[in-house]
Amino acid sequence: MKITVEQDKCVAAGQCAATAPDVFDQRDEDGVVVLLTDDPPAELADDARDAAAVCPALAIHIAQ
Amino acid sequence: MSDAPTGAATRSAAEVPEWPMPRAEGCPFDPPPALRELTAEKPLARVRIWDASTPWIVTGHAEQRSLLGDPRVSVDERLPGFPHWHEGMAAAVDYRPRSVFNSDAPEHTGFRRIMTRPFTFKRVEALRPTIQKITDDPIDTMLAGPKPADLVEALALPLPTLMISELLGVPYEDHDFFQENAARGIAHNVSAEESMRTFGALNEYLVRLVERKAAEPADDALSDIAALVTSGDISVSEAAMMGTGLLIAGHETSANMIGLAVVALLEHPGQLALLRDTDDPKVVAGAVEELLRYLGIIHGGQRRIAKEDIEIGGEVIRAGEGIIVELFSANRDAHVFPDPDVLDLRRENARHHNAFGFGIHQCVGQQLARVELQVVYGTLFRRIPTLRLAEPLDRIQFKHDRLAYGVYSLPVTWK
Repeated sequence: MKITVEQDKCVAAGQCAATAPDVFDQRDEDGVVVLLTDDPPAELADDARDAAAVCPALAIHIAQ
Repeated sequence: MSDAPTGAATRSAAEVPEWPMPRAEGCPFDPPPALRELTAEKPLARVRIWDASTPWIVTGHAEQRSLLGDPRVSVDERLPGFPHWHEGMAAAVDYRPRSVFNSDAPEHTGFRRIMTRPFTFKRVEALRPTIQKITDDPIDTMLAGPKPADLVEALALPLPTLMISELLGVPYEDHDFFQENAARGIAHNVSAEESMRTFGALNEYLVRLVERKAAEPADDALSDIAALVTSGDISVSEAAMMGTGLLIAGHETSANMIGLAVVALLEHPGQLALLRDTDDPKVVAGAVEELLRYLGIIHGGQRRIAKEDIEIGGEVIRAGEGIIVELFSANRDAHVFPDPDVLDLRRENARHHNAFGFGIHQCVGQQLARVELQVVYGTLFRRIPTLRLAEPLDRIQFKHDRLAYGVYSLPVTWK
C-alpha cells in the first residue's frame, strides 16, 4: 500500500484522523492532514481505505 | 406570433413542483414522498422555489458527492441565478461579508484554515470530560425537577450551546439573545426586513465581542480569530461573520440532533436497547453515525450554482443554473444504504452519509458534534432507562418550517 496526501486540498474536516488515527494525524495549528505512515501494516489497511473514501476534499490517494 | 412555444413554456413551468415539499403525515422521519416520486427515475430534477426560479434538486448520493467535490460548482451567492433559501438571504447578499459560506477555493481555503484549529479530532477528544459534565449536570437538574420536563429546554439546547459558547468565548448568559436570533434566521420563509434585523443584531453582537477579545485576549477561539484582525489578516466584519457562523452552526444543529434522536429511539425500543446496554465506545460511535444518516436534520437543501455546463445523472446542468443539494435524500439512497428507511444502529457503512455535506464546505465542527452526540446518547438512556414521551407522537411539534429539522419541544417523563 502506498498512501499520498495533498495538504493544499485538505479542509481539516478530521475524518481521516477519526477513522484511522494510527495512519493520519492533523497539524496542530490548522488541522491540515499529516501522514504518519505511507505504508501502513495490513491490519490498518481497511481503515486507511475508509479514511480515503470519507475524505470530503478527496485529498487522500491510495495505490496498491 | 409565437403563442405555442410561450404556452408550452408556461405549462411546463407550472408542472415543476414547488420546493420545499412537506413530509408525509405520520412519517416525521422520512423525506417528502413527492420528492422521492420526482427523483425516482433520475437522481436530479427541477423544482420551483420562492422566487419562481427552477433550479435543479439533486438527491442521489453519488451525484451529490460528485457535484459537491466539483470546482465548477460554486457557493458564490452573488452570481445571478443563485438559488437562495429565502427572500431574506437574497436581500442581504450585499451586506454579508465574504466567508467560508459564500466563497470558493482558493479564497475559501484562507477562511477555512482560520476556523478549523479548535475542531481537530484530538482537541475535540480532549473536551470529552467537559462534555460529559455539561451532559450530566442538566440531567441531574431535570431529574430533580418536575415531571414531565421539556427535554429540548432541559438538555438538547443547553448542552451544545454551553459547549460552543465556552469554546468560542461567548458569554453563555447571552444565550437567549443569540438562540432566538439564530432560530429566526433559519426559518424557511424569512422576509428581507426580518433577515436584516436578525443578521444585523447577531453581527453587531459579534463585532463588539471580537473588539473586546482583541483588546483583552482570553484562551478561546474568538480571541485567536480577533488576533488576526489585530495583525491585519482579516477585517472585523470577516471575523464577526466567522464567529456568527460557528455560534449558530455550533448549537442549533446538535440541539436538533439530540431532540430528534430521542424521539426516534423511543419509537424504536429495540435499537434504543442496543445503545443503552452497551459500554463499547465503538457501538456508540456507530449509533451516532446511523442517527446522523437516518435523521437528516439538514433538509432544506444546500445551495450552489453551476459555473460551467455539467453532465450528471443523465442530465446537463447549464452554466448559471441553480443547484439544490438535498443532503437528507442521499442518506436514504438505496444504492449506498440497503433498506435505507430502516434505523439500524449496527449499519456498517453508516459513516458514508452526507449529513455533514461533502466537498470543501463539509461541516467544520463535525468532530465536536460527534463527541457531543456520543456522550449524550451514551449517557441519557443509561441515566434514565425509563425515559418516555409524555405525549403521543402525533402531538409533538416538528420543525417542518425550518432549514434544520428537529422538534420545538419534547415533553418527556420517567419513573
